[in-house]
Amino acid sequence: MRPTDILKITPQGLYCAPGDFHIDPVRPVSRALITHGHSDHARSGHEAVLATAETLRIMAVRYGEGFCGSAQAARLGEPIRLGDARVTFRPAGHVLGSAQILIEAGGQRIVASGDYKRARDPTCLPFEPIACDVFITEATFGLPVFRHPDMKGEVRKLLDSLALFPDRTHIVGAYALGKAQRLMALLREAGYDRPIHVHGAMERLTEFYQSEGIPLGDIRKVVAAERGRLGGEIVICPPSAIQDLWARRFPDPVTSFASGWMRVRARARQKGVELPLIVSDHSDWDDLCATIRETGAGEIWVTHGEEDALVHWCRTIGLEARPLHMIGYGDEGEESEAADPGATSAETAP
Amino acid sequence: MNRFAALLDRLAYEPRRNAKIRLAAAYLRETPDPDRGYALAAMTGGLSFRNAKAGLIRGLIAERTDPVLFGLSYDYVGDLSETVALMWPAPQAGGTGHNRPPAPTLTEVVETLATASRSDLPGVIAGWLDSLDETGRWALLKLITGNLRIGLSARLAKTALAQIGGMEPNAIEEVWHGLKPPYAELFAWVEGRGARPESVDPAPFRPPMLSHPLEDVADFRAVLDPAAFSAEWKWDGIRVQAVAGFHEGRKTTRLYSRTGEEISGAFPDLIEALDRDQRFVGAVDGELLILRDRRVQSFNVLQQRLNRKTISPKLIQDFPAHIRAYDLLAEGTQDLRTLPFAERRARLEAFAAGLDPERIDVSPIVPFADWDALTAARADPAQAGAGVDAEAVEGVMIKRLDSPYVPGRPKGLWFKWKRDPFVVDAVLMYAQRGHGKRSSFYSDYTFGVWRDGEAGLELVPVGKAYFGFTDEELAQLDRFVRKHTINRFGPVREVTHSADTGLVLEVAFEGLQRSTRHRSGIAMRFPRVSRIRWDKPPREADRIETLEALIREYGTNEGESG
Repeated sequence: MRPTDILKITPQGLYCAPGDFHIDPVRPVSRALITHGHSDHARSGHEAVLATAETLRIMAVRYGEGFCGSAQAARLGEPIRLGDARVTFRPAGHVLGSAQILIEAGGQRIVASGDYKRARDPTCLPFEPIACDVFITEATFGLPVFRHPDMKGEVRKLLDSLALFPDRTHIVGAYALGKAQRLMALLREAGYDRPIHVHGAMERLTEFYQSEGIPLGDIRKVVAAERGRLGGEIVICPPSAIQDLWARRFPDPVTSFASGWMRVRARARQKGVELPLIVSDHSDWDDLCATIRETGAGEIWVTHGEEDALVHWCRTIGLEARPLHMIGYGDEGEESEAADPGATSAETAP
Repeated sequence: MNRFAALLDRLAYEPRRNAKIRLAAAYLRETPDPDRGYALAAMTGGLSFRNAKAGLIRGLIAERTDPVLFGLSYDYVGDLSETVALMWPAPQAGGTGHNRPPAPTLTEVVETLATASRSDLPGVIAGWLDSLDETGRWALLKLITGNLRIGLSARLAKTALAQIGGMEPNAIEEVWHGLKPPYAELFAWVEGRGARPESVDPAPFRPPMLSHPLEDVADFRAVLDPAAFSAEWKWDGIRVQAVAGFHEGRKTTRLYSRTGEEISGAFPDLIEALDRDQRFVGAVDGELLILRDRRVQSFNVLQQRLNRKTISPKLIQDFPAHIRAYDLLAEGTQDLRTLPFAERRARLEAFAAGLDPERIDVSPIVPFADWDALTAARADPAQAGAGVDAEAVEGVMIKRLDSPYVPGRPKGLWFKWKRDPFVVDAVLMYAQRGHGKRSSFYSDYTFGVWRDGEAGLELVPVGKAYFGFTDEELAQLDRFVRKHTINRFGPVREVTHSADTGLVLEVAFEGLQRSTRHRSGIAMRFPRVSRIRWDKPPREADRIETLEALIREYGTNEGESG
């Protein structure tokens, strides 16, 4: 069988015919395999859902217990038979519970990697390269200008700024699932032991991370009446809140944003960010290229992001590559980093 | 270099004007000479390097990266320096036997760029890029390509300098011309260690006085007393300052743009005439226009004389330059700027009376009894005294009779009241990503109007607009472009534009001109998006005949000689 007979693009998302399931479908389907809990990948309303136990719990936190008809937890590394296909979940290093899905069918090994990163993250398991024939990759930061610096240095920037402006509240925009908690963990590793204050919108997910046994220290929800007393403290909020009236009520706030997009100055300026922190949960250009080589795949499919450049690079090293022009990923401004804050909508194929 | 790079980096992210000034002032206070002087020159646009240009940078990166990847990256980032700084393959630190060379100082960079030969430069610059981190590379490249674009104007940099000495920014402006980087004597004066640099310049630039839009004054008819004001035409040329003075018996005559850039070289005919006339000693604020047979030509005509590399005798003959004077800032060696406008005006009329009217004349006063009368004059300048020159009138200027000449944009003294622009409903056809602040947004829009083509009704492009919308509207337009792309040509996207699907833009513009360079045969002056007509189906957009009619009524038919 050809890979394109095994996986097809449908309006719902990637569909595996031999196994009769969709991967990260954007519309309700009878059987969905979910790579991770960001809402552009994990949606409610499917009949049957197969995902890691952590991803299922994240979906329950976000959508309520009845987010699907029936849920099945996939154990990492244990193959599961679905129709004529065999699927195996392995860590993707993106956020807590995130997984790549290996599909074996018709003599082919295809890996749908979802979103992934190679940089260290104290809040989730590291990415494991899987040897395969076809590797399906994202390309959120698929341009050679995106080279994420060492995150310790980025956390140091934040702490240095706090030392420089000890009376100003440092408001850090960060995606509510994954980025916020990773930032907290990195701050703790850097020795920051003051309470970290969070916007109400990230309270539940942060509590969830703590309940999963990830130590984040003293996390406090911001109480409106106390905002005036948070000078010199770190407040983490959803990216949309950094320019809100909400953020203006803190003492002389320093506006910060933790995202791979902060690599490009114009992006930071467009969002009015004074202290950009380049901390990403996606692979940068070098890691995308290195990972593609590591999988040994001869064929690369690129789902979303800056696919043109990555497809071009694959071809220059003799790999077959094609953009999938998938619609519906990375278009929720707030949810995941895959959403480019400057370009708020997904690309539509011509 | 690292310190300067850190300053530029901080400035680039700092949105608040006062904080920018504080940052720049702190740098200028703490950095030793001559580094700070060169930094000041960079911030005021005073550095340019003959051999180090953007093309050289493109060459260096082309040798080191895949051209397709560079193209896509540059298209995304929207800034050459930043793209190269990010993509530059820096040598791995800590490799065996390889240490990064030490980063250069700003002074070393500036002096080397000024003196190195064309053949040495690529190697020198590549070496620096290897030795600097991303921020350092970015700052170095900004310096070389000559446009910092960090949201810090020359004026702000001078304000920062003034601040370290507790001075007014205009005190700096007064001595600025005639000084050269690295400005050691200027710093000495500002810091109270030396004398005021004697401006030996007999023809210095004086910062111009600017106006506010009258529309910004709520209910101006009730608030402003017409008897306190004088009105004159706002000519559609370029605002200039013509200055002449003597030093040790020799006369110097110069022409400056409103930003203080010397533009004498572009107008040798005018300079020569003013220089020859021994009565022309002083400083005149006015509008540079092209006059043929004493008749003012439109801006389209003037434009054909601007930005020329060589000024040929034919160009001078076909496009004779002329100054229409608004104000007299100095007469002889006497500074008139503190006098009230009415008095300066009287002095100006007397001063100009002795000069060659072919080269310089005085912009006439537009008499008006009340605001209604001025409204009528603005609506129809031809009937209100401008006569055949009405085409070159952009609106009216309203000045308080008692206003002194205050550099900058003081409140409540001068107002501009432009004529209403033309508008047309056009259909969005193509979009391209913008640069600078708009980097990576689709913000440059080509739009068209309907005409009868061979295969029926078709859209023909009539112009390109890249401003006029709010940031929020830009985000909406960008989203529309991304969702409705039907074709890609390199960086350009074609968006859907049929009778029923597509987007109508209301485009405002200042004038029309026939053009052989545009497929429609028409070029628009100063087009901008004035409204997004989400409500209007493309089939209801305007037709080319609407523009043709406007040309017949108001436009000019001069062909492009270039």
